[in-house]
Amino acid sequence: MLELVDLGHNYGSYRAIDRVNLKVAQGEVVCIVGPSGCGKSTLLRSIAGLIKPTGGTVLLDGKPVDGSPENLAVVFQDYSRSLYPWMSALANVSLPLRRRGLDKKKREAAAMNALDQVGLSGAAAKYPWEMSGGMQQRVSIARALAYQPKLLLMDEPFGSVDAQTREELEDLTLRVCAHHGMTILLITHDVDESVYVGDRVVVLSKAPGTVVGDLPVQLPGPRDQIHTRELEAFVRLRAEVGRLVRGITPYRNTHGYGVETR
Amino acid sequence: MPKVNGASLLRGLIGTAGLLVVLEAAGRLGAWDTERLPLVSTVLLRAGELLADPEFLVSARSSLTTWAFALALTIAIAVPAGLLLGMVRPAEVAVRPLIEFLRPIPSVALIPLVILMFSETTHMRITVAVYAALWPVLVNTIYGVRDVDPLAKETLRSFGFGPASVAYRVVLPGAAPFIATGIRLAASVAIVLVVTSELIAGGIEGVGVYITIAASGNRLDLMIGATILVGLFGILVNAVLVAGENRLFRWHRARTEGVT
Ligand SMILES: Nc1ncnc2c1ncn2[C@@H]1O[C@H](COP(=O)(O)OP(=O)(O)OP(=O)(O)O)[C@@H](O)[C@H]1O
Ligand SMILES: [Mg+2]
Repeated sequence: MLELVDLGHNYGSYRAIDRVNLKVAQGEVVCIVGPSGCGKSTLLRSIAGLIKPTGGTVLLDGKPVDGSPENLAVVFQDYSRSLYPWMSALANVSLPLRRRGLDKKKREAAAMNALDQVGLSGAAAKYPWEMSGGMQQRVSIARALAYQPKLLLMDEPFGSVDAQTREELEDLTLRVCAHHGMTILLITHDVDESVYVGDRVVVLSKAPGTVVGDLPVQLPGPRDQIHTRELEAFVRLRAEVGRLVRGITPYRNTHGYGVETR
Repeated sequence: MPKVNGASLLRGLIGTAGLLVVLEAAGRLGAWDTERLPLVSTVLLRAGELLADPEFLVSARSSLTTWAFALALTIAIAVPAGLLLGMVRPAEVAVRPLIEFLRPIPSVALIPLVILMFSETTHMRITVAVYAALWPVLVNTIYGVRDVDPLAKETLRSFGFGPASVAYRVVLPGAAPFIATGIRLAASVAIVLVVTSELIAGGIEGVGVYITIAASGNRLDLMIGATILVGLFGILVNAVLVAGENRLFRWHRARTEGVT
């Protein structure tokens, strides 16, 4: 459904991303990992039509993206800035649902349901500035999930919550998206998370970012926070992604992967 | 946003009362000819009486109406203009020199010109007041629009909302605290200019006209009494607007001051 062709972007003379090629199928969960500053957010903003990339094309369902595509939601890295301080959590989550043509009652019911799913049903009336960073982040996740977009873009969405909440949110996102057949592009710093959440892990190089690895994740489903992370396949894949992120060429020997070389 | 707490309000009242008592005592001890310049107590008494004086009330109602119209017109012009100039960079760049040229021109200096332009005194007064009150609202609105977080706008855009929705749902509420401050400043400026234009250009009704007539009759007690009422009205309007801002824009204070 999503295809990036030779996507590149310059900020002035600074090259942020370089010739990114990627195809994402309907319903797929693709994780993008890469070192800080390699252009992950830039890539995501290009897909969302928020910046006009200086090179290449973004195709959605075969059509080039011009402006912000329909049926798309973004969870921004700066979640606190993307919430409206003059609105309660509930109003923040229900606002985009206006695009769905729902009346006020239905919007609020859907928003309440989403807040409940991220564990914030008690904080619906709170304002963003009355909430902790982790709570704000969950509100912005709830807002995206409630919208039920066809394509969900998430920029380090689980960065500000504790480990256990993070695991719950990962599972929640996978469950909700599978249920509605959403396609997800999730950006993360966390190699473990990328392998656990993704059907595929795409690794970007240091700046200017370009695709240096595209690994299918073949783990027996359904995923489970304890068991999946114990699997030998998980551990191997995690090591491989880790090496790619660090720019270490994977070295295959007869025993599989292992020895680190430069 | 200025915040008045009970203690500072009390201290201000005590200070004012103290000064009035000293002036009253000085007058009674013969510091000046109280036939010419009346005692504080006399003036305050007159001010109270004026509130029940039908002749003054007709003037007061006229001034109040002029002021309300002027303020409404100011908002109706300056807020949309400010939103537009704040959002459309090229428009602002094109208009900026004109604004910088017009803004420092004292509105009072325009009164002779405006008198020639309008036969109706009310229209003249409104024009003069709007000219002066326009700037704080316009400049604050432009500034407020600029201050809206770009990511807040992008968020709505990413959900597929168009420019009009973004303006209405993000830019306007985001800039609202600044616009409110501009309106509060404009309210005071408009009071000053309505009374000033009444004083300078005359007419049949208006507090400024009332003051002029009192002056020609050598009634300093009525003059000062009426002036005090204008001042008190200004304080009242300001206090009400500040209270409104504090209530409506708690989110803005929380963000800029880091406290609730
Ligand atoms: N608006 C901008 N103007 C100029 N340079 C920018 C702009 N936005 C990003 N950059 C630069 O482009 C590069 C990539 O930025 P980007 O935010 O896409 O990185 P990232 O991979 O998301 O980083 P992180 O993991 O820290 O979030 C950085 O070097 C950054 O300084
Ligand atoms: Mg980023």
